[in-house]
This record gives sequence, C-alpha cells and structure tokens, in this order.
Amino acid sequence: MKKFIIISLITAILAFSANAGTDGENSLSKKKPANIKDCFEGLNRATFSLNQGLDKVIFKPVAKGYRKLPSTVRTGTSNALLNISSLITIPNNVLQGEFKKAGINTGRFVVNTTVGILGIFDVATKMNFPEYVKEDYGQTFGAWGIGAGCYVVLPVLGPSTIRDTFGSFVNVIGGDPYYNASTHGNNEYLSDSLFMKTKVLSGVDFRAKNLESIDNLEKNSMDFYASVRSLYLQDRQQKISNSSPTIEIMYEGDWEEIENE
Amino acid sequence: MRIKKILILFIFIFSFSNFNEVLSIEPDVFVQSIVNRASKILSSNLNKENKIKELKNIADETVDIEILGLYTLGSYRKNLSDDQKKIYTVLFREYFLKTFASRLAEYSNPEIEVTSKKKINEKYTIVSSSLAKTEKRPEVKIDWRVYTKNPENLLIRDLIIEGLSLARTQKEEFLSIIQNNDDDINALFETLREFIK
Repeated sequence: MKKFIIISLITAILAFSANAGTDGENSLSKKKPANIKDCFEGLNRATFSLNQGLDKVIFKPVAKGYRKLPSTVRTGTSNALLNISSLITIPNNVLQGEFKKAGINTGRFVVNTTVGILGIFDVATKMNFPEYVKEDYGQTFGAWGIGAGCYVVLPVLGPSTIRDTFGSFVNVIGGDPYYNASTHGNNEYLSDSLFMKTKVLSGVDFRAKNLESIDNLEKNSMDFYASVRSLYLQDRQQKISNSSPTIEIMYEGDWEEIENE
Repeated sequence: MRIKKILILFIFIFSFSNFNEVLSIEPDVFVQSIVNRASKILSSNLNKENKIKELKNIADETVDIEILGLYTLGSYRKNLSDDQKKIYTVLFREYFLKTFASRLAEYSNPEIEVTSKKKINEKYTIVSSSLAKTEKRPEVKIDWRVYTKNPENLLIRDLIIEGLSLARTQKEEFLSIIQNNDDDINALFETLREFIK
C-alpha cells in the first residue's frame, strides 16, 4: 500500500512537472518529433563537463582495459547483464499492456538463467526467441502519456529527463527485483556490493562497445553537449513509442517544408 | 544497313519501356553501389589522406549537401539573406565533407549489406542496411533517406544509425550554437569557419 501511494505521488509530480516545464509541446507522436526543453542548460553543461572529466580519467581507460579481455568473456558478460535487465523489462512489459512480450521475455529469462548458466549463454536466441528489447519505468511513464519534463544531465549517470530520473528511482523503491533481492533478500549469494558491481559493469560494458563511436562523435562535433542531448532524446523517443527505428524519422515534417519553400 | 538495324533495335527497346526507367536506378541498388565504392576505398592500400579525398568525392556526388545544409538550419533558414545563404552554403559544404569523410575513414573494410527498402512517398524511400558485427562493435543498423523525386539523379538526404538521425542531430547542434549566441546566425558561421580550418 505504501509503495502504491509513493508511485501514485511520483506519477502526479511527473504529470505536473511535464506541464510546468514544456508548454505542453513534448507529447510524443509518430509524425511530430518531441520538443523537450533544456531548462537547466547551464547546470547541465557543467555536469556534462564533470562527466567528461570522469570519463577521461576513469571510465574510458577502464573500458579500454575491458576491451582487451577475450571476446568470449565480453560476450558472456554482456549476455549475463542483459539477462538481469529483463527483470526490469518484464514488469514494464506488463505495465504497458504488452502481455505477450512479458510472457516471451519471462520464457527467455528462465531459459537463459538455467540452460544458459546465469545468462552467460544466450540460448533463447539460438532457440529463435524474438529479439529482446529492453524496457524501463521511464519508458512506461512515457507510454502512459506522461511528459518527459526537462532534460537533465546527472552526475556520473549522464543524460536523462525528469521523467526518466523518476523512472530510475522506481527501481530502488521496489521496481527492480534484482535490487530487492540484493539489498533486502536474506541470502548468501546476493548483496548490496554485488548489485553496485553489476551496475558499474553495465556502464563499462556500454562504454567499451561505444569507444570509437563516442570518440568519433566528439571529434566531429562543434557542440558535443548538444549532439549528445539530441541523440539521447531521439533514442528515448524511439523507445517510448516502441516504433521501428525509422518510423519517427520517416515522417519528419521539416523535409516536407523544405520541399515546399 | 548496320545503322538502320541499330536504330530499329533502339526503337523496339524504347517502345516497350519508359525512357526514364531505363536511366533510373532503384534506391537500394543506388545505396549498395555507394557502399561498395566506399568499402573498396576503405579496404584499399591508400593512405588516410587519399582515402578521405576519395570519400569526399563520393559524398559530393551522392549526398544532397545543399538541401541538407538548409534543413540543419531549421526555421532560421527562412530569415537568411541571399548573401548569408551563399556564405552558409559554402561553409556547410566544406564542414560536411570534412566530418563525413573523417567519420567514415575510421572504419577499415566495413561490410554493409542492403536488406530492404520502404517507399514513404514519391519523394523519399528509406533503404535499410546493416553494418556487420566485428570484434570491437555489435551489428549496426543503418537506414538511408534517399530523395527519389528525380529518378535519374537519386540523392542521400539523411543517414539514420540505429534509429538516430544524423541530419536531426546536426540540426539540433547548429540550433544550440545559434540560440546560445542570442540567435545570431553569424556565430554559427564563425564556429564553422573555426572548425574547418
């Protein structure tokens, strides 16, 4: 009951935040790109610089080291992390009314955790399970029609929106079974520190997969902050609408406008 | 006699086919040919400088740089004077060719396969392709927005990598520069000049 009240409160705050921060322009539609405001741009740019510094000193060198591991080790790690992520994806499939996907993802999780030895081997894909797509609470809020609110850059964690930040918060108030089992589950296998290590490893794995692309983007950007913001918001828009990657882009009105000028 | 035969053959061919169709090329074939040309350059023994030069030639021939440049200005393009438009067109062309070639030159021997195409309307077709997975990175889906209004001169207007539009990203980057300089478009021109030096 307590959790229900907290979630209801967050939902109400989010709805308010969306109205206050965006002139109501940030609704997602398949034909009109979202217009999400950068209300705290000065602070965001400062945090972005801090994150870039941390990346240069810590994350990038660690990701480069991680890259040196044999590819089988990296693939196994990626698979296991992806398997754990389905513990957040499945409840979000349900909350978005995607019951079939929830069933498929549950089957995938069971197969990979058992036959695939804690998710190290992606047996489900070899068994022709449909492609796995991650979901989170921020996406669910978006799918429910809650606006993104302002764009924010979080220290260490990077780009987000007010809605997505609250979405992440739901993970630690009961929405992530892996977090619950690690912190509150009375067992000898999981712990707070293991949970934190898993999260750090997820970050390193992501950075290692994107070493060249991020470097390339930075090298070829005149305003790297603006490029990252654009890419993050496009990515979220696409994930929330659960569309095929190009649907949003296909119907972008600006191209038509140029044609008619 | 020989000329007469050739003439009859031509008349026969064109009576069964539309002239434009003979000269036109399908968007997926167009993209695959660009990819093949780029792959050949990237896997060649040319030094980086020459590779970039060759890639710039391909981009110059196949990308609608002028319209892409106008798109990236968003609504600011409507307030451009003729002189500003001329300055911007030159600057954007140099900027685009520099960054495009530099981005591509990082890849060695990329394997890109065209997988499908989807016609949006008479003007645009989206051609889907995938960049094969390597040791360093996972498979990457790349979609190409091809401008098809003139079937004899197809042009690329956008690249959409894993659902993220490069044109839209560029537009939002440019708008950020303009808006952070009191809506002064000359600030963008200055930043472009600095970058392409």
